[in-house]
Amino acid sequence: MASYLDRILGPRVHPLEASEHSMRYGAPGFILLTARVLLLVSLFLPYWHMELQAPQYPDGLHMTAHLNALSGDVAEIDGLNHYIGMRSLYEAAEIERTVGVFVMIAFVVMLELAAYIHTRWAVIMVVPVVFFPVVFLLDLHLWMKHFGLNLDPHAPLSNAVKPFVPTAMGKGGIGQFVTIATPGAGLILASVASFVLILALFFHRRAYLPLIKQQKRIDSVSA
Amino acid sequence: MRDVEAIAKDRGLTNADLIAAAKTYLPSGEKDDYLMFASGGHAGQIFVVGLPSMRLLRSIAVFTPEPWQGWGYGVGNEILKEGFPNGKSNLWGDTHHPALSETKGDYDGQFVFINDKINARVAVIDLRDWETKQIVKNPLTLSDHGGTFVTPNTDYIIEGGQYAVPWGSEYAPISDYKEKYKGSVTLWKFDRNRGRIDKDQSFAIELPPYWQDLSDAGKLASDGYFFMNSLNTELATGGIQDKKPPFEAGASRNATDFLHIIDWKKAEQVFKAGKVEQIKGFPVITLETALAEGLLHVTPEPRSPHGVDVAPKGDFIVISGKLDPHVTIYSMDKIKKAIADKTFSGTDEFGVPILDFDSVVEARIEVGLGPLHTQFGPDGYAYTSLYLDSAVARWTMGGSYGSGTPEPDWTLVHKTPVHYNVGHIAVAEGDTVSPDGNYLVALNKWSVDRFYPTGPLLPQNLQLVDISDDGTKMPVIYDMPMGVGEPHYAQIVKADKLDPWTTYPEVGWDPHDQNINPMATKPKMERVQRNDDGTVDIFMTAIRSHFNPEHVYLKQGDVVRWHITNTERAVDATHGFAVPMYNITASLEPGEAVTIEFVADTPGTFPFYCSEFCSALHLEMMGYLMVEPE
Repeated sequence: MASYLDRILGPRVHPLEASEHSMRYGAPGFILLTARVLLLVSLFLPYWHMELQAPQYPDGLHMTAHLNALSGDVAEIDGLNHYIGMRSLYEAAEIERTVGVFVMIAFVVMLELAAYIHTRWAVIMVVPVVFFPVVFLLDLHLWMKHFGLNLDPHAPLSNAVKPFVPTAMGKGGIGQFVTIATPGAGLILASVASFVLILALFFHRRAYLPLIKQQKRIDSVSA
Repeated sequence: MRDVEAIAKDRGLTNADLIAAAKTYLPSGEKDDYLMFASGGHAGQIFVVGLPSMRLLRSIAVFTPEPWQGWGYGVGNEILKEGFPNGKSNLWGDTHHPALSETKGDYDGQFVFINDKINARVAVIDLRDWETKQIVKNPLTLSDHGGTFVTPNTDYIIEGGQYAVPWGSEYAPISDYKEKYKGSVTLWKFDRNRGRIDKDQSFAIELPPYWQDLSDAGKLASDGYFFMNSLNTELATGGIQDKKPPFEAGASRNATDFLHIIDWKKAEQVFKAGKVEQIKGFPVITLETALAEGLLHVTPEPRSPHGVDVAPKGDFIVISGKLDPHVTIYSMDKIKKAIADKTFSGTDEFGVPILDFDSVVEARIEVGLGPLHTQFGPDGYAYTSLYLDSAVARWTMGGSYGSGTPEPDWTLVHKTPVHYNVGHIAVAEGDTVSPDGNYLVALNKWSVDRFYPTGPLLPQNLQLVDISDDGTKMPVIYDMPMGVGEPHYAQIVKADKLDPWTTYPEVGWDPHDQNINPMATKPKMERVQRNDDGTVDIFMTAIRSHFNPEHVYLKQGDVVRWHITNTERAVDATHGFAVPMYNITASLEPGEAVTIEFVADTPGTFPFYCSEFCSALHLEMMGYLMVEPE
């Protein structure tokens, strides 16, 4: 059992070696720590903004999504959406908003583990986090598509507004509204974290791959 | 610019016309610098006009039902009822003099008050939501003209009576005029935190049965005093039908009337010391007590006066008597000295000490015919309306104001013709401790030929005068017809002093209490609830574009409380609620919750609907009230 865990964790670095090459062995851990901080901070920041512009709303309508909450003029937007038969936005991504924070905490733990794992198993820990922003946007897009394409055919404006796919990022339009979707600071931080994590993997490989190869040689000699 | 010239030539516009247009035109979306709160006269309302554009922004329903605001047709009924004289329905008012609330003698933009001359009532309007919150009926008298004016920190709202009547307007033949008819002034205590007049802390002072006219509160140098004009100090009782001199002759026989000088801070102490008589359930400092305590002095003033206007520093009081071509300027220092030294020229027939005229007057300036009302600029100029001349006079102040003007002190500088028969004038913040100047509005009574004839009933003409330049440059730059009621007086406040709500702060807001109404209908709690006592509560919400519930069944004779909440949060998403045959219409501004009470006495089927064009599905925003016959 112990050897199984050892095989996942990979070779340990001798303290003398570590202190001699502190940059080499410190870098992966430090970069992983940076990513963890970025992700934790992102929890408190908005991930996505949507602005709706129309003549009768000179200040626009604004909606903001945090990982766990929708805020802004959601009630007003829902009120408008009922004319085209769109469901309430509060019904969208309910599971995602419920578990979002826990997933993020899990990610942080995984990155913590990745710092201790010196084999390619570390990649398994890091890659889901790297893809998180993309998955967020994809999920958002799929919800928008689902809501936009499943309009109540009996809604008051059903003959004026046909089912459509709202734009998850960038400029779109529906009826008299221009919609402008932009990434929030949280999503930007998460994206920076993804980039940082790719760097972390590079430094991880540079630090620990030679140790693994060395271990393999020792193992084959002793065998 | 060549286009402008072509248009000017085509329309026959002069250079002065183009300048006037450029000074007043506001492009779409631009906002005015000033707001003018003008009385609505017979309309019983307040009209709010933006300056310099002179666009009517809103009316505020006060004493008169007003369907757009639902005032008196479902909302505000209780407030209107507070003002019914002896409980008798009275649904119009003759609003005269609005008074914006003040802090340290400057408008603070929080409240506006207005009197109703016909029934002696005072109303309180909250400038957060521009809605009337209270109407108080004066229990002593049935007409007021010397209201409303506020003391420098709005401790009191002054309501001076006008036509003398027996206390409570009881019956007494006019032959008993001198004995039974009373003059009075009421000081309504204002509780700023509650936004209400506190009747329990209010009191009145009995005055001789002259017809007290306009008032003004002292400030700075004259803080603690207020001043009131009077007419009919002759105690004329008319009787033209018996070949006696009519009031117009009898009441203007003497060359002078009396300026009343009242020490209200001392009067407040007298009231608090309990030296009052309860008359009609209201504490009154009798004339006898007022004289014993030295609260009241008078001094001669030119006859048939209108304005009594305290200068910005409180040191001068300007009086214009419509039948005397002068403005007469009294000095507060001299008044105080004359009171201290008892420099009296005698007493009137009620024993009121008369301050010697020559000892208290500072200056007299001949300004023209029919001087009526004075306002002040920031720079030492004063402005007086001339009713008979149909003009506005600009004249220079003396004393410490004199250095502000290039012309010598106490001289007439210029007269600008206005059209026609100007009553009050209003200068931007022109009755405060720090007048702004810039604009003057002449509230003209007659328009004669200024507008397309609207039948024999013509609009009044509110003319905007540019007073930003010195000397003789004082052109009229805009004519605004007012085809509703008669604005008597107006006050002009810098718009940024106000901070009105654009929606009610929270959904379920009761404007009467300015708080959340616990009974307000909440979304998903809509229902028709039949109570054990036989009454029915209807809990309804309104949002674009439906009411919920849409079907309401009642039985004939049901006592109904209909609670409606507008759950909208968008600015301007106002809904109406109108029920045919039941004389019900309410305005529900975003967040507002109202309760409409009525008896379902008429059986039938009644489509109720939203009376505001709230959305593209406005016509569909309706429901059916079905009242089953007994």
